[in-house]
Amino acid sequence: MSIGIEHFLTVGALLFCLGLAIALSKRNAIGVLMGVELMLNAVNLTLITFSRFSVSDTPIAGHTFVVFVLTVAAAEAAVALALAVSVYRNRETVDVDQLNLLRS
Amino acid sequence: MDGFGPVAAFWVLSGLTLVSAGGVMMSRNLLHAVLFLIVTFIGVAGFFVLLSADFIAMAQVIIYVGAIAVLVLFAVLLTPRAGRDNAETKWALPGMLLAVCLAAVFLFVIHDTSWNTIDGDPAEGSLTAAALGNALLDTWVLPFEIASVLLTAALVGAIMLTRTPEEEAEDALS
Repeated sequence: MSIGIEHFLTVGALLFCLGLAIALSKRNAIGVLMGVELMLNAVNLTLITFSRFSVSDTPIAGHTFVVFVLTVAAAEAAVALALAVSVYRNRETVDVDQLNLLRS
Repeated sequence: MDGFGPVAAFWVLSGLTLVSAGGVMMSRNLLHAVLFLIVTFIGVAGFFVLLSADFIAMAQVIIYVGAIAVLVLFAVLLTPRAGRDNAETKWALPGMLLAVCLAAVFLFVIHDTSWNTIDGDPAEGSLTAAALGNALLDTWVLPFEIASVLLTAALVGAIMLTRTPEEEAEDALS
Protein backbone atom coordinates (compact mmCIF):
# COMPACT_ATOMS: atom_id res chain seq x y z
CA MET A 1 0.00 0.00 0.00
CA SER A 2 1.11 3.57 -0.56
CA ILE A 3 0.99 6.53 1.76
CA GLY A 4 -0.07 10.01 0.70
CA ILE A 5 -0.71 13.46 2.02
CA GLU A 6 -3.69 12.36 4.15
CA HIS A 7 -1.54 10.06 6.27
CA PHE A 8 0.96 12.77 7.17
CA LEU A 9 -1.80 15.32 7.79
CA THR A 10 -3.56 12.83 10.08
CA VAL A 11 -0.42 12.36 12.18
CA GLY A 12 0.01 16.14 12.34
CA ALA A 13 -3.61 16.67 13.40
CA LEU A 14 -3.46 13.97 16.08
CA LEU A 15 -0.17 15.36 17.42
CA PHE A 16 -1.68 18.87 17.52
CA CYS A 17 -4.75 17.66 19.43
CA LEU A 18 -2.60 15.72 21.93
CA GLY A 19 -0.55 18.88 22.48
CA LEU A 20 -3.74 20.88 22.95
CA ALA A 21 -5.05 18.39 25.52
CA ILE A 22 -1.74 18.56 27.40
CA ALA A 23 -1.62 22.37 27.30
CA LEU A 24 -5.20 22.66 28.57
CA SER A 25 -5.09 20.02 31.28
CA LYS A 26 -1.67 20.05 32.95
CA ARG A 27 -1.29 21.75 36.30
CA ASN A 28 2.46 22.43 36.18
CA ALA A 29 3.30 25.48 34.03
CA ILE A 30 6.26 23.61 32.52
CA GLY A 31 3.88 20.81 31.52
CA VAL A 32 1.65 23.37 29.80
CA LEU A 33 4.71 24.63 27.92
CA MET A 34 5.52 21.09 26.76
CA GLY A 35 2.02 20.89 25.26
CA VAL A 36 2.60 24.15 23.40
CA GLU A 37 5.90 22.82 22.01
CA LEU A 38 4.10 19.68 20.79
CA MET A 39 1.50 21.83 19.01
CA LEU A 40 4.23 23.89 17.32
CA ASN A 41 5.91 20.66 16.18
CA ALA A 42 2.63 19.37 14.74
CA VAL A 43 2.18 22.60 12.78
CA ASN A 44 5.73 22.28 11.44
CA LEU A 45 4.99 18.72 10.33
CA THR A 46 1.87 19.91 8.50
CA LEU A 47 3.74 22.76 6.79
CA ILE A 48 6.49 20.41 5.60
CA THR A 49 3.84 17.94 4.37
CA PHE A 50 2.16 20.59 2.22
CA SER A 51 5.56 21.77 0.99
CA ARG A 52 6.39 18.21 -0.13
CA PHE A 53 3.05 17.29 -1.74
CA SER A 54 1.38 20.47 -3.00
CA VAL A 55 1.55 21.65 -6.61
CA SER A 56 3.59 24.86 -6.49
CA ASP A 57 6.32 26.72 -8.34
CA THR A 58 8.16 27.48 -5.10
CA PRO A 59 7.55 24.56 -2.71
CA ILE A 60 10.51 25.76 -0.60
CA ALA A 61 8.26 28.52 0.88
CA GLY A 62 6.88 25.96 3.34
CA HIS A 63 10.39 25.18 4.57
CA THR A 64 11.06 28.92 4.98
CA PHE A 65 7.95 29.22 7.12
CA VAL A 66 9.14 26.31 9.29
CA VAL A 67 12.51 28.02 9.83
CA PHE A 68 10.71 31.07 11.22
CA VAL A 69 8.39 28.94 13.37
CA LEU A 70 11.49 27.20 14.82
CA THR A 71 13.06 30.60 15.60
CA VAL A 72 9.96 31.95 17.32
CA ALA A 73 9.48 28.65 19.20
CA ALA A 74 13.03 28.86 20.57
CA ALA A 75 12.49 32.48 21.68
CA GLU A 76 9.12 31.58 23.21
CA ALA A 77 10.56 28.63 25.13
CA ALA A 78 13.42 30.72 26.54
CA VAL A 79 11.13 33.54 27.73
CA ALA A 80 8.38 31.23 29.03
CA LEU A 81 10.82 29.12 31.06
CA ALA A 82 12.46 32.29 32.43
CA LEU A 83 8.97 33.42 33.48
CA ALA A 84 8.35 30.03 35.17
CA VAL A 85 11.63 30.30 37.12
CA SER A 86 10.82 33.91 38.04
CA VAL A 87 7.31 32.98 39.26
CA TYR A 88 8.81 30.10 41.27
CA ARG A 89 11.21 32.53 43.03
CA ASN A 90 8.31 34.69 44.16
CA ARG A 91 5.63 32.09 44.91
CA GLU A 92 7.53 28.79 45.43
CA THR A 93 5.12 27.15 42.96
CA VAL A 94 4.56 26.88 39.21
CA ASP A 95 1.10 25.38 39.70
CA VAL A 96 -1.27 27.24 37.35
CA ASP A 97 -4.18 26.55 39.75
CA GLN A 98 -2.49 28.53 42.52
CA LEU A 99 -1.39 31.50 40.42
CA ASN A 100 -4.61 33.45 41.04
CA LEU A 101 -3.40 36.78 42.43
CA LEU A 102 -5.61 38.67 39.97
CA ARG A 103 -8.78 36.85 40.99
CA SER A 104 -11.29 39.25 42.57
CA MET B 1 5.05 7.32 -1.66
CA ASP B 2 5.34 3.67 -2.60
CA GLY B 3 7.81 0.95 -1.80
CA PHE B 4 8.40 -0.95 1.41
CA GLY B 5 10.97 1.43 2.94
CA PRO B 6 9.00 4.70 3.12
CA VAL B 7 5.75 2.93 4.07
CA ALA B 8 7.39 0.98 6.90
CA ALA B 9 9.25 4.12 8.04
CA PHE B 10 5.98 6.06 8.09
CA TRP B 11 4.15 3.55 10.27
CA VAL B 12 7.08 3.07 12.66
CA LEU B 13 7.58 6.84 13.00
CA SER B 14 3.89 7.60 13.50
CA GLY B 15 3.68 4.90 16.17
CA LEU B 16 6.79 6.22 17.92
CA THR B 17 5.68 9.86 17.75
CA LEU B 18 2.08 9.39 18.85
CA VAL B 19 2.85 6.85 21.59
CA SER B 20 5.55 9.06 23.11
CA ALA B 21 3.27 12.12 22.85
CA GLY B 22 0.73 10.05 24.78
CA GLY B 23 3.52 9.33 27.25
CA VAL B 24 3.93 13.09 27.85
CA MET B 25 0.22 13.13 28.71
CA MET B 26 0.17 9.98 30.83
CA SER B 27 3.48 9.82 32.73
CA ARG B 28 3.14 10.61 36.41
CA ASN B 29 6.60 12.19 36.76
CA LEU B 30 7.45 15.48 35.08
CA LEU B 31 11.01 14.36 34.28
CA HIS B 32 9.71 11.26 32.48
CA ALA B 33 7.35 13.55 30.54
CA VAL B 34 10.34 15.60 29.35
CA LEU B 35 12.11 12.41 28.20
CA PHE B 36 8.99 11.32 26.27
CA LEU B 37 8.89 14.82 24.74
CA ILE B 38 12.45 14.33 23.45
CA VAL B 39 11.44 11.04 21.79
CA THR B 40 8.49 12.82 20.15
CA PHE B 41 10.81 15.52 18.78
CA ILE B 42 13.11 12.86 17.32
CA GLY B 43 10.11 11.13 15.72
CA VAL B 44 9.02 14.39 14.08
CA ALA B 45 12.59 14.86 12.82
CA GLY B 46 12.29 11.41 11.23
CA PHE B 47 9.10 12.56 9.48
CA PHE B 48 11.01 15.57 8.13
CA VAL B 49 13.64 13.23 6.64
CA LEU B 50 10.85 11.13 5.11
CA LEU B 51 9.36 14.30 3.55
CA SER B 52 12.78 15.18 2.01
CA ALA B 53 13.34 18.15 4.34
CA ASP B 54 16.81 17.16 5.48
CA PHE B 55 17.98 20.60 6.62
CA ILE B 56 14.80 21.13 8.67
CA ALA B 57 15.29 17.69 10.24
CA MET B 58 18.82 18.63 11.35
CA ALA B 59 17.57 22.00 12.65
CA GLN B 60 14.79 20.18 14.53
CA VAL B 61 17.29 17.84 16.22
CA ILE B 62 19.67 20.69 17.11
CA ILE B 63 17.07 23.25 18.25
CA TYR B 64 14.37 21.07 19.82
CA VAL B 65 16.30 18.08 21.14
CA GLY B 66 19.50 20.01 21.80
CA ALA B 67 18.26 23.33 23.10
CA ILE B 68 14.57 23.41 24.03
CA ALA B 69 14.52 20.00 25.76
CA VAL B 70 17.60 21.00 27.78
CA LEU B 71 15.92 24.33 28.67
CA VAL B 72 12.80 22.48 29.85
CA LEU B 73 14.94 20.08 31.92
CA PHE B 74 16.77 23.05 33.47
CA ALA B 75 13.46 24.72 34.30
CA VAL B 76 12.24 21.51 35.99
CA LEU B 77 15.46 21.29 38.02
CA LEU B 78 15.37 25.00 38.97
CA THR B 79 11.89 24.63 40.51
CA PRO B 80 12.67 21.91 43.07
CA ARG B 81 9.86 22.49 45.56
CA ALA B 82 7.14 22.72 42.90
CA GLY B 83 4.96 19.67 42.22
CA ARG B 84 6.65 17.01 40.08
CA ASP B 85 3.61 14.76 39.74
CA ASN B 86 2.47 16.09 36.30
CA ALA B 87 -1.13 16.15 37.55
CA GLU B 88 -4.17 17.58 35.80
CA THR B 89 -6.24 20.62 36.77
CA LYS B 90 -9.99 20.49 37.28
CA TRP B 91 -10.33 21.68 33.66
CA ALA B 92 -8.75 18.48 32.33
CA LEU B 93 -12.00 16.86 31.17
CA PRO B 94 -13.34 19.88 29.19
CA GLY B 95 -9.87 20.37 27.69
CA MET B 96 -9.61 16.76 26.53
CA LEU B 97 -13.19 16.90 25.20
CA LEU B 98 -12.28 19.98 23.16
CA ALA B 99 -9.16 18.23 21.84
CA VAL B 100 -11.21 15.15 20.81
CA CYS B 101 -13.81 17.32 19.03
CA LEU B 102 -11.06 19.25 17.24
CA ALA B 103 -9.40 15.96 16.21
CA ALA B 104 -12.73 14.75 14.78
CA VAL B 105 -13.14 17.97 12.75
CA PHE B 106 -9.54 17.79 11.48
CA LEU B 107 -9.83 14.12 10.47
CA PHE B 108 -13.13 14.77 8.67
CA VAL B 109 -11.66 17.73 6.76
CA ILE B 110 -8.46 15.84 5.87
CA HIS B 111 -10.28 12.80 4.49
CA ASP B 112 -13.15 14.73 2.85
CA THR B 113 -10.98 17.16 0.86
CA SER B 114 -9.64 16.07 -2.52
CA TRP B 115 -6.06 17.31 -2.25
CA ASN B 116 -4.35 18.54 -5.39
CA THR B 117 -0.99 16.83 -4.99
CA ILE B 118 1.99 16.10 -7.19
CA ASP B 119 2.57 12.57 -8.44
CA GLY B 120 5.82 10.94 -7.47
CA ASP B 121 8.88 12.77 -6.21
CA PRO B 122 9.24 16.57 -6.01
CA ALA B 123 11.23 18.34 -8.73
CA GLU B 124 14.97 17.79 -8.58
CA GLY B 125 16.72 20.44 -6.43
CA SER B 126 13.51 22.18 -5.33
CA LEU B 127 13.63 21.14 -1.65
CA THR B 128 17.38 21.21 -0.94
CA ALA B 129 19.20 23.20 1.71
CA ALA B 130 20.70 25.33 -1.11
CA ALA B 131 17.21 26.29 -2.32
CA LEU B 132 16.21 27.11 1.27
CA GLY B 133 19.27 29.34 1.71
CA ASN B 134 18.55 31.16 -1.53
CA ALA B 135 14.92 31.73 -0.51
CA LEU B 136 15.91 32.96 2.98
CA LEU B 137 18.50 35.46 1.72
CA ASP B 138 16.58 36.55 -1.38
CA THR B 139 12.80 36.67 -1.08
CA TRP B 140 12.54 36.45 2.71
CA VAL B 141 15.58 38.48 3.77
CA LEU B 142 13.57 41.06 5.75
CA PRO B 143 11.76 38.47 7.95
CA PHE B 144 15.15 36.76 8.34
CA GLU B 145 16.67 39.95 9.79
CA ILE B 146 13.62 40.61 11.98
CA ALA B 147 13.96 37.06 13.36
CA SER B 148 17.50 37.91 14.50
CA VAL B 149 16.18 41.00 16.32
CA LEU B 150 13.50 38.82 17.95
CA LEU B 151 16.12 36.31 19.12
CA THR B 152 18.25 39.09 20.63
CA ALA B 153 15.22 40.52 22.44
CA ALA B 154 14.28 37.07 23.77
CA LEU B 155 17.87 36.49 24.96
CA VAL B 156 18.00 39.81 26.83
CA GLY B 157 14.49 39.31 28.21
CA ALA B 158 15.20 35.79 29.49
CA ILE B 159 18.38 36.94 31.26
CA MET B 160 16.60 39.95 32.76
CA LEU B 161 13.67 37.85 34.04
CA THR B 162 15.83 35.27 35.81
CA ARG B 163 18.25 37.62 37.56
CA THR B 164 17.92 37.78 41.34
CA PRO B 165 17.80 41.15 43.21
CA GLU B 166 21.22 40.34 44.75
CA GLU B 167 22.81 39.98 41.31
CA GLU B 168 21.34 43.31 40.21
CA ALA B 169 22.68 45.00 43.37
CA GLU B 170 26.15 43.58 42.68
CA ASP B 171 26.06 44.97 39.13
CA ALA B 172 24.92 48.37 40.38
CA LEU B 173 27.96 48.55 42.71
CA SER B 174 30.58 47.59 40.14
